[in-house]
Parts: sequence; structure tokens; C-alpha cells
Amino acid sequence: MTVTALLFASYAEALGSDRLELTLAGNTTVRDVVDRLRAMPGGSSLPAAPLVAVNQTYANADQRVVSGDEVAIIPPVAGG
Amino acid sequence: MTSTATSPAELSNEEIFRYSRHLILPEVGLEGQKKLKQARVLLVGVGGLGSPAALYLAAAGVGTLGLVDFDVVDATNLQRQIIHGTRTIGKRKLDSARDRIEDLNPNVKVEAHETPLTSRNALEIIRTYDIVVDGTDNFQTRYLVNDACVILGKPNVYGSIYRFEGQASVFATGDAPCYRCLFREPPPPGLVPSCAEGGVLGVLPGIVGTIQTTEALKLILGIGESLAGRLLLIDALRMRFRTLNLRKDPTCPACGTHEIKELIDYEEFCGVRQAAADDAAALSAVPEISPVQLAARIARGDDFDLIDVREPHEWDIARIPGARLIPLATLVNQLPTLDSARDIIVHCKMGGRSAKAVQQLQASGFRKVWNLSGGITRWSNDVDPSTPKY
Repeated sequence: MTVTALLFASYAEALGSDRLELTLAGNTTVRDVVDRLRAMPGGSSLPAAPLVAVNQTYANADQRVVSGDEVAIIPPVAGG
Repeated sequence: MTSTATSPAELSNEEIFRYSRHLILPEVGLEGQKKLKQARVLLVGVGGLGSPAALYLAAAGVGTLGLVDFDVVDATNLQRQIIHGTRTIGKRKLDSARDRIEDLNPNVKVEAHETPLTSRNALEIIRTYDIVVDGTDNFQTRYLVNDACVILGKPNVYGSIYRFEGQASVFATGDAPCYRCLFREPPPPGLVPSCAEGGVLGVLPGIVGTIQTTEALKLILGIGESLAGRLLLIDALRMRFRTLNLRKDPTCPACGTHEIKELIDYEEFCGVRQAAADDAAALSAVPEISPVQLAARIARGDDFDLIDVREPHEWDIARIPGARLIPLATLVNQLPTLDSARDIIVHCKMGGRSAKAVQQLQASGFRKVWNLSGGITRWSNDVDPSTPKY
């Protein structure tokens, strides 16, 4: 199955893209998506439990994701 | 003509005329405008976000604006901090902002708090206001503002910026989550660059600060649908606005379990200050050469290599004659092109990145390496004032 990872601000810079199509095995959770991203080049700057929204709604690490889901990973930003 | 003295809840004829475009909106009207007049809003930070927020809140007729800042106006602020001006460079931001607000709307009372917000003063300062607008530029203060607002039950109108992207929400109201529900603890120091390090499109805090202001005004007026419970993500480069639905975290130590009963100074608590001090100590331990000494070596015709580890777009702004550009991120790949038998002097903008480069070179077996202390900025100050500073 395929999910779309959306990356913002410093996370997009770290992974070199703001949008990645990921192919994952079935029976997948938010945690699996994050782990996959963390294993990619530049992914080590993602924390193990970042702020995640699936299809524009807050999701915890155990939430299931299904094919076609949009998984947004949001970094903390401090500038003002 | 002259406005007659009015009770706090009444509007003078001057005010009625000034706010006429508000008064003819049924959603605001006379009652709403009186609510604005009686409202007390605290702006934490009068910088990129605080500038437009202060201007529009004052223009809207918010009766009392509290301002927290301890900084002085600098020329590099003016690209985005539009409440300040060329004439107020070098002045306290609080004085600069107060002058501009008084000119814009003399009906507004400004309360200046010239201090950093700390665990010792935050509750005392925030307590007397109805709403807080968070326009700070660092994580320590954001957590302080969040926790203080949760403890005191004050809405925290949040905004934050990074390069071309922004975030906004309203925290700590009713069933809405707080900042800690989203980000439980501050990230490790050094992971997230500041505006000074990362750069920011000047208009971006204008977009985000006016969104915060809109939310603050709606809260005062009790109209519309608040951003509470939602996080607005703004991408100015693609001009995309995305709203995420948030959830209050029942295990949140601030608004869930309420285990945070006192404020935390993160500088001390999570070792930010210590880590920064350790970093600074390690970096200052690298061998250094001053710009004046470098100029003397150039004048003597000494044989050495001068390496500039900044980025190409910085090289385009200013450079030291004779330097070779090797951006820090590419240094590892360029090591085979460097001669460890020769003296190598490394520089950047201020001396931070070049100190890291010196450490990298030392770790790769280079023995004769020096860091140009203060970078090209100090070169401009001490040796060649014709070199632009940025």
C-alpha cells in the first residue's frame, strides 16, 4: 500500500522533500511511517514521536494508516 | 472637536467616528467596540509577530496593550518588524513601539514590561490580562507562556515562523489543547535554527501576526469560529494554507494531568544553557587568528590558504580577497583538495561555522588550522569597512 508523507519546515529540509510517496506493508501504524522516514537519509533529525496528523486530523503513534492516507509530520517552530 | 472624558465603558464621539467601519458591522457594533476598549491584551515580544499584532490591535481600539520586550531596535529588524523605523534604531523596542502606537491611536493605553519573561515574573505579568499573544522567538519562552496561560486559564494566541512557513493556533481555551499537547518538551538545543541563523521572509511574520490578531479580536468580540483546537500551517512559497484538527492530550502535564503547577525555566531545566556553554567552550578552544593578524599575514605575502565555509548566496554578498569558497556541508568531500602541509585559515560570517570546520579539519589530521575570530563581520569592523555586513 502507498501513503503520502507531508513534511514541513525543518523536517522537509532534513529529508530534502516536502512530499514523499511511501510504499509500506499492510497493517501499518503511524509509528511505522515515522520509523520509515527516520531510516531515510536525513531522517535522523525527526524525533521518534513527532506531531502527526493523518488526513488533517491529529493522530497518535498507534493509529492505523491505510492506503491513500496523507500523513503530515509537523516540527516545532520557534521563530517570531 | 475635543473628546470629552468618557467612562471606560463608553465611547467618545471621536472614538465613534474613528471606529465607524467597525460600528457598522453588526458582528462588532457599539457593544463589540466597547468590549475592545475594555480588553487587556498582552503581547510577548514586539518583534516580527508582535509588530503587526500591536499595530492592528491598537488600530482596532483594544483599550490596553501590554508589551513585554527587553531588546533594542537594530537595522536588521526593519526588514520585518514594521512597528519600528529607521529613526528608532538604537532605541528600546518598547519606546519605539509605544511612540508608534500613540501616533496610530492615542486612545490605547500601553503598559511596558521591559524584562525577559521568566518563571519568576510570568504569572504576575500575565495575570492582569485577558488574552496573551505569543510573539516570542525561542522555545523556552513559548513553554513558559503556554504553562502560565494554562495555570491562569488565559487564552494563548500562538504564532510561529520559520523561513517561508508559519504556524498559528489558539491554545488553552476550554476544551482546546495547549502547546504541550502538540509538543510535549522543547526540542534539543541547536536542532532548530533561529531567524538570525535560518533567515525569514520579511512579510511572513506579517501574515502570521495578523492571523494571531484576527483570532485575538474574535475572542474579545466572541464572534466566529476560533482556531482553538486547530493548527493552521502556512506555506508562503506555495501559498498553501492547511488546517489540522487537534486533540487535547489527557496525559499532557500542563492541561491534562495538571502536574505542572509551577513554571519551568528551560534554560536551566533541560540543560540548554549548559549545552550551549559546552558547545561554546569547545568551539572557542580551536586555534584562532584575528582579522588584524590575518590582514598582516596578507600584507606580508605569507603563504597560506584562506577557506570560506559560508554558503554561495553569502559569498555573493561579501567576500575576503583571496578566499576559496567551500560551504561547510561540502567540506568533507573537498578534504582531498586541501594540503595539510600548508597553513589553513577558515572563516564564515561570525566564526561559529568556521570553528566547526576547524574541528572537522583537526579530526581529519590537519594540524596547522586557524579560525578567523568574528568572521567576515569582524573583518569588516576591524580591517576593511568597505566589506558589506549582513
